[in-house]
Amino acid sequence: MAGQAGAVLADAAAAVPLLSVEELSVDFRTREGTVRALERVGFTVGRGETVGIVGESGSGKSVTAYALMGILDEAGQVTHGSAMFGGLNLLAAPERDLQRIRGRELSMIFQSPRTALNPIRAVGKQLEDVLLRHGNLRARDARDRAIELLAQVKIPDPKRRYAAYPFELSGGMCQRIMIALALACSPALLIADEPTTGLDVTTQAVIMDLIRELAADHGMATVLITHDLGLASEYCDRIVVMHAGHVVETAPMAVLFDAPRHPYTAKLIAATPHFGGALHTLAAIGGSLPDLRGALPPCRYATRCERRIEVCDQPPLSRDWIAADHLVACANPL
Amino acid sequence: MSALLEVEGLVKRFPVGGGAAGWRSMAGRFGIGSAGAPARPMLHAVDGVGFAIGRGETIGLVGESGCGKSTLVRLLTRLIDPTEGSIRFGDTDIGAIPAAQFGRSPDRARLQMVFQDATDSLNPRFTASDAIADPIRRLKPGLGGAALRRRVGELADLVGLPQTLLGRYPHQLSGGQKARVGIARAIAVDPELLILDEPTSALDVSVQVVILRLLEDLKQRLGMSYLFVSHDLNVVRLLCDRVLVMYLGKIVESGPAQAVFEAPAHPYTRALVSAIPTADRERQARRVHLAGEQRSPIDPDPAICRFYGRCPRGADLCRTAMPVLTPLAGEGARAVACHFPEPAPL
Repeated sequence: MAGQAGAVLADAAAAVPLLSVEELSVDFRTREGTVRALERVGFTVGRGETVGIVGESGSGKSVTAYALMGILDEAGQVTHGSAMFGGLNLLAAPERDLQRIRGRELSMIFQSPRTALNPIRAVGKQLEDVLLRHGNLRARDARDRAIELLAQVKIPDPKRRYAAYPFELSGGMCQRIMIALALACSPALLIADEPTTGLDVTTQAVIMDLIRELAADHGMATVLITHDLGLASEYCDRIVVMHAGHVVETAPMAVLFDAPRHPYTAKLIAATPHFGGALHTLAAIGGSLPDLRGALPPCRYATRCERRIEVCDQPPLSRDWIAADHLVACANPL
Repeated sequence: MSALLEVEGLVKRFPVGGGAAGWRSMAGRFGIGSAGAPARPMLHAVDGVGFAIGRGETIGLVGESGCGKSTLVRLLTRLIDPTEGSIRFGDTDIGAIPAAQFGRSPDRARLQMVFQDATDSLNPRFTASDAIADPIRRLKPGLGGAALRRRVGELADLVGLPQTLLGRYPHQLSGGQKARVGIARAIAVDPELLILDEPTSALDVSVQVVILRLLEDLKQRLGMSYLFVSHDLNVVRLLCDRVLVMYLGKIVESGPAQAVFEAPAHPYTRALVSAIPTADRERQARRVHLAGEQRSPIDPDPAICRFYGRCPRGADLCRTAMPVLTPLAGEGARAVACHFPEPAPL
């Protein structure tokens, strides 16, 4: 089962990352001007690795995911960059190639499972749709496989739930269906966009453990998009911090939390309530996200930053690899 | 600390299901022979809840979705009528005032609410100033004209909303600003108790800190009590003196927030607290995993513990006798509804 993850990927050398995003820029054309939603975003995801993308709302986390999946809104346009996924540039590939890959080698879980599922189709049928499109299964085997998949995401009584509609299931159950859909063809990479937002903390633990377990079983890599640093710290190997469409810092999880170098990362960690903390120890982040229309300073955090120096206002934005796996986009790092 | 709010034996049941049951209810309404017909299935949303909130105290209410938090909040704010039980607020049993009339009762001003979603709960056609002035106009009709404008300005200052934004509509305000309007509106009529339903869940962490600080500051300055409903346990811990843990319509544990979070006694609380994400590998390894699904809240068996089936313990006693909320031995301030409480650090 694990072995089928990819004709496209078969000949890729082990040292080459599974996904390598470089200089990705996305603009949105709106009536009020062009919004520079992403500017030169870059990161890599290794095989079987879990990478977290964290940041506040409006930082460009979801736009990054949508651009990679090729499902950007019509107003959005990739203006620059590449995203190599096993020899194929996702940003330049023809729609036909993307359709072959999406759902089979590259899958996505969306934020609100109830709206992402088809409300008027039984969940088992929705699973069959994916299997028949990608799985090289005969129609009569698809039903059994769909029930197997429901059991795999630990849905009690999968035979009966096969015929259930999304409205008959709880939020946690719907998210399990989303996971079953995304993992139906054992993709090499799963993009999970806020998979547990709106779920209870106990359900969140179940869903995240399930993703982690299935990822380990199938050697699948995961990109976890979240605004919850606590969640990212538990489940991710590496973290990419985004702010206003820029990647400001990338580092292994422990390094990032113990010794953040970008002032924004440090502020974000200090603002997050953690177990055993007190209200007076939490620090607010001053200012707000800059308007992404019109002229922007090279560093988009500069207007909020307490460590701003003269160099910060001179292009280009400083990007330093301070270690082999640690990138900081700051002229005056901590 | 004298109690500001005292709730006793509060019950709310909702009828469920249509079909034959629906017809029986209809028949009953018109007085046509419904006698002898089996009772309609009832959903027990809140089932015998009792607690007290002292003056100046902040109580956290936690539990997963479907546990009855929101129904309890709606009962307390008198938006719906209880099936049984009393809600004493100061000297009055506000539970006895029909919800339809409570809006015109003088007690309405003493008990206000901040809603979960600041965007959805503000009237899109009201400016920030209108939104804040509305409860004053309705509940303190003596104030008008320049005095009202002055009061709105004062309130804006109090919640840190720049007065220049008072003329704006909700869609012209940021999430944090809308949260401030929601708070200003709730405190406009000098309430003694403020019920906050997930006030920061829609906000980014950077803004969340600011709003939490504002709430703490307002409490100190205005001497209000808070009932803080949230499923973010880290946030509850920051703000609350005491905490109530609900599971399927019942309070399963209560006590000082510090003690409950550090050594939860009820198996459900233990699972809840241990589910908080953490980078600490040892805590992760000690996580309590809950098996199975919630029991149905529809006509539950009164002799079976509500947590039975999901509980890692699940002894025979648990399905023959419903545990009641009892003070924990040696710790007067804590109470647990479990036959086998285990107050130990996680």
